[in-house]
Amino acid sequence: MPTHDDAEPSLTREDVIKVAMLARLALSENEISSLTQELTQIVGFVSQLSEIDTTDVEPLAHPLDSQNVFREDKPARSLKTADALRSAPRHDGECFLVPAVLGEASSA
Amino acid sequence: MSAETQHPFTTVIGLEVHVQLQTQTKLFCGCITKFGSPPNTQVCPTCLGLPGSLPVMNRRAFDLSLRAALALNCKIALFTKWDRKNYFYPDLPKGYQISQFDLPFSYEGHLEVCDPKGAFNPRTVRITRVHLEEDAGKSMHDETAGTADSRIDLNRTGTPLCEIVTEPDLRSAEEARAWLNELKLLLVYLGVSDCNMQEGSLRVDANVNLHVPQEDGRIAKTPIVEIKNMNSFRSVERALIYETERQWGEWQATGAEIGSMPKQTRGWDDSAGITRGQRHKEESSDYRYFPEPDLVPVTVTEEQVNEIRSAMGEPPSVLRKTLADRWKIPANDAGVLVNQGPDLVQYFEDLASRVGEGKVASNWMQQDVLRTLNERGGSITDFHVRPEAVADIIARVQKGDFDTSRGREIFASVVEKGTSVAEVVAGMGIAAVDDGDLRALCEELIAENPKIVADVKGGKEQAAGGLIGKAKRKNPNVNPAKVRALAIELIQALP
Amino acid sequence: MTLTNRSAAELASALQNGEMSAVECTSAFLNRIEATNGTINAFLTVDREGALETAEAVDEARAAGKPLGPLAGLPVAVKDVLCTTDQPTTCASKMLKEYQPPYDADVVRRLRAAGTVILGKTNMDEFAMGGSNENSAYGLVRNPWDLERAPGGSSGGSAAAVAADMAPLAIGSDTGGSIRQPAGLCGITGLKPTYGRVSRRGLIAFSSSLDQIGPMARSAKECAMLLQTIAGHDPGDSTSLNIPVPDYLADLEKPLQGLRIGRVASHFSEGLDPEVAEHVEQTFTTYEAAGATVHEVELPHAAYGVPTYYLIAPSEASSNLARYDGAHYGHRWDGTPSGGKGITDFDSPLVEMYCRSRAEGFGPEVKRRIMLGTYSLSSGYYDAYYAKALRVRRLIRQDFSKAFENVDVIGGPVSATPAFKLGEKTDDPVAMYLVDLYTVGANLAGIGGISFPCGFTKSSLPVGFQLQGPALSEPLLLRTAHQYQQATDWHLKRTAALSS
Repeated sequence: MPTHDDAEPSLTREDVIKVAMLARLALSENEISSLTQELTQIVGFVSQLSEIDTTDVEPLAHPLDSQNVFREDKPARSLKTADALRSAPRHDGECFLVPAVLGEASSA
Repeated sequence: MSAETQHPFTTVIGLEVHVQLQTQTKLFCGCITKFGSPPNTQVCPTCLGLPGSLPVMNRRAFDLSLRAALALNCKIALFTKWDRKNYFYPDLPKGYQISQFDLPFSYEGHLEVCDPKGAFNPRTVRITRVHLEEDAGKSMHDETAGTADSRIDLNRTGTPLCEIVTEPDLRSAEEARAWLNELKLLLVYLGVSDCNMQEGSLRVDANVNLHVPQEDGRIAKTPIVEIKNMNSFRSVERALIYETERQWGEWQATGAEIGSMPKQTRGWDDSAGITRGQRHKEESSDYRYFPEPDLVPVTVTEEQVNEIRSAMGEPPSVLRKTLADRWKIPANDAGVLVNQGPDLVQYFEDLASRVGEGKVASNWMQQDVLRTLNERGGSITDFHVRPEAVADIIARVQKGDFDTSRGREIFASVVEKGTSVAEVVAGMGIAAVDDGDLRALCEELIAENPKIVADVKGGKEQAAGGLIGKAKRKNPNVNPAKVRALAIELIQALP
Repeated sequence: MTLTNRSAAELASALQNGEMSAVECTSAFLNRIEATNGTINAFLTVDREGALETAEAVDEARAAGKPLGPLAGLPVAVKDVLCTTDQPTTCASKMLKEYQPPYDADVVRRLRAAGTVILGKTNMDEFAMGGSNENSAYGLVRNPWDLERAPGGSSGGSAAAVAADMAPLAIGSDTGGSIRQPAGLCGITGLKPTYGRVSRRGLIAFSSSLDQIGPMARSAKECAMLLQTIAGHDPGDSTSLNIPVPDYLADLEKPLQGLRIGRVASHFSEGLDPEVAEHVEQTFTTYEAAGATVHEVELPHAAYGVPTYYLIAPSEASSNLARYDGAHYGHRWDGTPSGGKGITDFDSPLVEMYCRSRAEGFGPEVKRRIMLGTYSLSSGYYDAYYAKALRVRRLIRQDFSKAFENVDVIGGPVSATPAFKLGEKTDDPVAMYLVDLYTVGANLAGIGGISFPCGFTKSSLPVGFQLQGPALSEPLLLRTAHQYQQATDWHLKRTAALSS
């Protein structure tokens, strides 16, 4: 398990599988191997940021300092259902079809 | 009755409520939010999460959520931002929900609930935060169709939601239900949401556990359970009652304490009347929140907050007092009226201003209008008997055309027949009894009731009351007060 | 001189004068594409019919005396990262094979309104992730100057199209250098505008706080013409700047006397190819001769730009690409059980569908970045990686702000080397990431940057020069580049590697 201290971080096979599942990627055996190596290398590379002292430096999420952009609560035209479904891999003319969603509802 | 009286523990309940805001359009796009439309007819590239689509914040949604937060006595963050909550689900087409994580626009509020019947003491529930986020779509699984597919309708994706999270301050299922009613009333009065659970514009999840005092003075706590899938306030109450008992049984059997297992989620099955454990969602709880790059932050000034506060309208807690003062009606009456919602209050005030007397109007509202509505169903806005008609009946009673109980019969008839007051009155053959007929009738009564006459003559004026019923049997249209007055006058004049 | 050798400015003139019809012009470029695309692979789709139709409509309008804008009838190539309703939009990925958006990107809408002729969609690194255009699911792109070399990326197709005279104008996108670097390697001019100057609506997102759309052409003046059309506020993009668009052509001729150009000593470190260094230094000299002054400036955190970028961009990408899950559009796994080993344990058929669809639809670099981004955002790592990168980003922006207190623009290399050989860096992800060394700073800080040719190596490979300026300094950047192109003719050179 990678540590968060000064040692060179390195990813294990288990780390890679865990991240792959979070990212919903069915990696092949080859991919797991190569990614374990590559990600270790890349994470090592990006970890050099820990050299920089960022105490009292706020994160910058948006490059320019805009604020307060809104739109009015006015209806705009929606897509026709046919257009909304046009690129769906499977649909029944009304709804998107996906393998059964069992049990749990969405978190919202 | 609360379980506290039966078992040696405290039930600890916190609620997470989602309300859909009453805007015309969705939070980030101009699709309308009408309920019940055919699937996928209120969608566009933005709420479908199509490649290249972008969100733009609905100003009214933000204003309404500010209003909700102020009504809930929350502090308003003068700088707020949006975050992505990342997870995969077919009703969430972008693969993330735009929500608020570390800097919600409001926090630290409270809402009090009282029970006028006194079943519990007034409870102030602290509100941890109120934040703004977008709703997901709907997935439907038709078991009977026998397919292995779920059908996804994205009409609801992007609908603006306020998420209201409380501290675990509630102590019984009853309190929880009452508090939800108070919250609903508040948000309906302020025009924030119509809080209709049937249409999904209000959703509740509950977190509940038990605190069990131990002999050594320590408080043992059972693992927290999150209950989902409650479709009405009554379900919430029933589910909490069930879950409390279930956890007590579990505690006695296993003694398992909080922290000994991951937080459980259980779904309420209303027909079976039980909660069922749902599958553990271990890894799906890493939502990888990060600041939403497609939306810029929002800053709010004190001026804006004050503007919204003053334009807000009266919350129910204030309105109850206002109504009582304005119309000189008891607090209890005002409470009953306000609790029926703004439409009924509007009806009442219309009636009261026509009648000129608050208490009389209030009585009619409660005893006649409300009772009728409860029996027949329907809303006050659809009720075909309008305040003018009720005021008309009351005026005739006050004039002396007939007494109150007759008036109520007339009301009932107007309700049933759907005709006007005048028509019903005419139909019942109610005509004012003229003075000559009245005198003749009283003289008849006096002649027929020597005992009563003697009692009145002897100083017991109240005995005249016994003549009223008899007078009505002779002529239902007589005004009882007039009969009484005239009878006493005539009796006193006797030698 | 054949039609396709002429600059966009010359073509525009000819069209306006009636010397040539839009149909003639379009046909010439379509033929050129037909002759060369097999070799270069710059275009993924070519819309011959649609292009000629548009050209015809322009000719008719002109004949009828209707008012037409300066770009009317000019052919444009559009990077396949922008939504077009009449042509597939694939992002060079199997995930979006044949995907047809139901709406046009804002930039595409503007291009159409200006009467430009959209020739087709250009090749790119898949989902804009790459620096060599070797990551396309539809084949790599060859550098028109040396067919064994990469054109750069991710807007490799657009750069190669202009360099090979397949289109006089092209649209690219730039997240960490994806317009400027390929422009540099292909000997053309490319501009990344200030963040928010051009609407991102309809730009298929890679990294939302870094992405910008920009013009690519043979010269700064033509980039200005194109920028004039695509820049502007879009209320449908919350990050779009609500600031008026200046006239980018108005001050192009204003002399450079008194211009202060910054030079960053740390740019000239050992990784910089000596021939590139030489041409870049010469460019500073050329500017001095024109009356500008060169000043040493520091960008203390420049060396950390690439690691900062390679935390922020993959993190945002991992979220932006979550929507490609086979559920509502794009590629879905057909359900055939795969024989392979690897991850085979899934919680449900739905999860399996997600995992296999994405594994099939995405190429290796995309997967790499999604994994990296997911990791850096995940619980326990967020603070050390993503949040840390956001803080360093602020320091990088501060570096530029400080530097611009003393200079008007910063000059320097756009790429450490000229075009590298195909296959040279594909085995070493970090080596590939370092091609963005000189360009990521502008994206992180949100400022504008332009790159243009400043010489050729002994093996006839183009060398690019980059100018970076404060936010909204596009007029200055374009003018400064334009003046250089008045004094030199690198930008007029054409490759001999292709038969004309």
